[in-house]
Amino acid sequence: MSLAPNKEASPSEVAERISRSATSDRAYTLITRGVALVFGAVLLVFVWSVLNSAWPVIKQYNYHLLTSSVFSVGNGPYGALTLILDTLITTAIALFFAVPIGIGTALAILYVIPERSRTVVSSVVELLAAVPSVVYGLWGVVVFNGLFKNIFHQTVGLSIFLAGLVLAIMILPTMVAISRDVIAVVPRDLLEGAYSLGATRSRTLTRVIVPSARTGILGAIALAAGRALGETIAVAMVIGFSTYLPHSIFSGGATLASMIATKFGEATTEDLSALAALALMLMVITASVNAGARYLTRKASAS
Amino acid sequence: MTDLLYNLPPDPILERRAAIQRLAAQSLRRRQSFSRGFEFAMAIALIISLIPLVSILYSLISKGWRYLSIPFISGLPPKGYAVLSSIGGIRNAVIGTVVIVGLAAIVAIPVGITTAIYLSESNGRVANTLRAAVEIMTGMPSILLGVFAAEIIVTRMNHQYSGIAGSFALSILIVPVIAKSSELALRGVPQTLREAGLALGARPSKVTRGIILPAALPGIITGTLLSLARAMGETAPVLLVTGYGSGILNLNPLGTMISMPLQIYKWNQFPDPTTSSQEESAVWGVALILVLFIMVLSIGSRLVAARMRRERR
Repeated sequence: MSLAPNKEASPSEVAERISRSATSDRAYTLITRGVALVFGAVLLVFVWSVLNSAWPVIKQYNYHLLTSSVFSVGNGPYGALTLILDTLITTAIALFFAVPIGIGTALAILYVIPERSRTVVSSVVELLAAVPSVVYGLWGVVVFNGLFKNIFHQTVGLSIFLAGLVLAIMILPTMVAISRDVIAVVPRDLLEGAYSLGATRSRTLTRVIVPSARTGILGAIALAAGRALGETIAVAMVIGFSTYLPHSIFSGGATLASMIATKFGEATTEDLSALAALALMLMVITASVNAGARYLTRKASAS
Repeated sequence: MTDLLYNLPPDPILERRAAIQRLAAQSLRRRQSFSRGFEFAMAIALIISLIPLVSILYSLISKGWRYLSIPFISGLPPKGYAVLSSIGGIRNAVIGTVVIVGLAAIVAIPVGITTAIYLSESNGRVANTLRAAVEIMTGMPSILLGVFAAEIIVTRMNHQYSGIAGSFALSILIVPVIAKSSELALRGVPQTLREAGLALGARPSKVTRGIILPAALPGIITGTLLSLARAMGETAPVLLVTGYGSGILNLNPLGTMISMPLQIYKWNQFPDPTTSSQEESAVWGVALILVLFIMVLSIGSRLVAARMRRERR
């Protein structure tokens, strides 16, 4: 009797197909892991290379690199104290303005404006994040600086203060977006509980909602600070380059990042090493601030 | 009978209750007006955060409008006007930007997405370390990557200042951004889809390629386009390594190149020679065109993703 042609694969064929796909599976795992690890290695090379090119200057100047305030391009001496101070001061000014305004804006978006305009308003605020930093610099130099002179009737001009204000505007979208997200996940029960106890809206927000979102808001502040510390181009354009110890926030200055950007083009070999040392300091500062931010936002989303 | 009620002496308890009610009403009014004041202050904060955006867009449009023309975009600067001038155009910078970002994208997109696939499917110690590294890299100041690129490509490999060195810096800058957003998108695909695929006998690699990746594609595309928008506006890493003075159109990424952000930054040092007014300088034209490029990418990313999601349904 005749059998219908057997369309099923013979056991050996099936085994072969399985082993072939198992091979492709192994290859796939190897490739994805390989690419990811190669990229990880590139990151290690990145850290190593900055450390390596900063090494001569670190060895020569030792701790004076951190405690001396004189940084002169063209074969030294190199001391980053002024630059570190200016970096911290500009960031502090930026946070001073951006934190209250950012949290206020987040609360306004969530609780004050009508619900249907919420998405539109948030995405408009976030558009600020899409503006490149060089455009902030240009706007700061021409428009903001001019406005400043008109309002205060004096030549404030390019200064640490102006840099801090421009930074405040640049970190505002980060501040608003993240504090809005962490405030939005505060359980609604808390809000309703406070209302039912007769608390007014302001009291509910300041005593119940914001304290419950505390960790997340701290995370938002840390992220914003990380951005302000490392911002380069806009700061370099509006800070009014000066390497002397700042005697007031209305004098010029230079941050770690702006120094690298301004002087890299004319640097000698030794200068390059000193600038790499600045880069290393910046890397350590921003990496630790960002790690802190990561820890805080993790903790906030876990609780 | 009723007269009798009216002539009763006043009830001290009722009086006290009335007094308390008065006090309570007063306090409520005070607290409510304070609350209204607080809400007003928050609305003011919102308005304050909108002012800079309005001002930036207004100055870009009002000052850059007249440069928004085909001859300005496609023209070349005359000889001797290396960085920026209102005579001629900015074709060298537009092409420089597109080439530098394009080359960075060619490397960064596959690496970023592959890294994301690895991260989304593994939870070992290596993967967790890499994930933390990727996340910290997304907040790393971009100038550091310029320092890195200068050290590797210009100092060690002894290559000249070039467009490709800028692409190198930008690609390392955006791989973490792409990896992080794509990992989120991949992890957002319901676990049941993966299980269904595996239950049908598909190999893990097939499940990822055939099911998980397509499902996560809208999110991946959004993240990728946004990272390209960011790369396009970056100045710091490019500034250190591409070499700028060239007003000559250069298509070869191995040579020096200028990009639009670089042109804007350099305007501070070498102002537009054709006008002494800060307000009329061609720099505003470059800034407007750059922001338009970036807006098209970032709004486009959202539209593409939204459209893909709608078609699926």
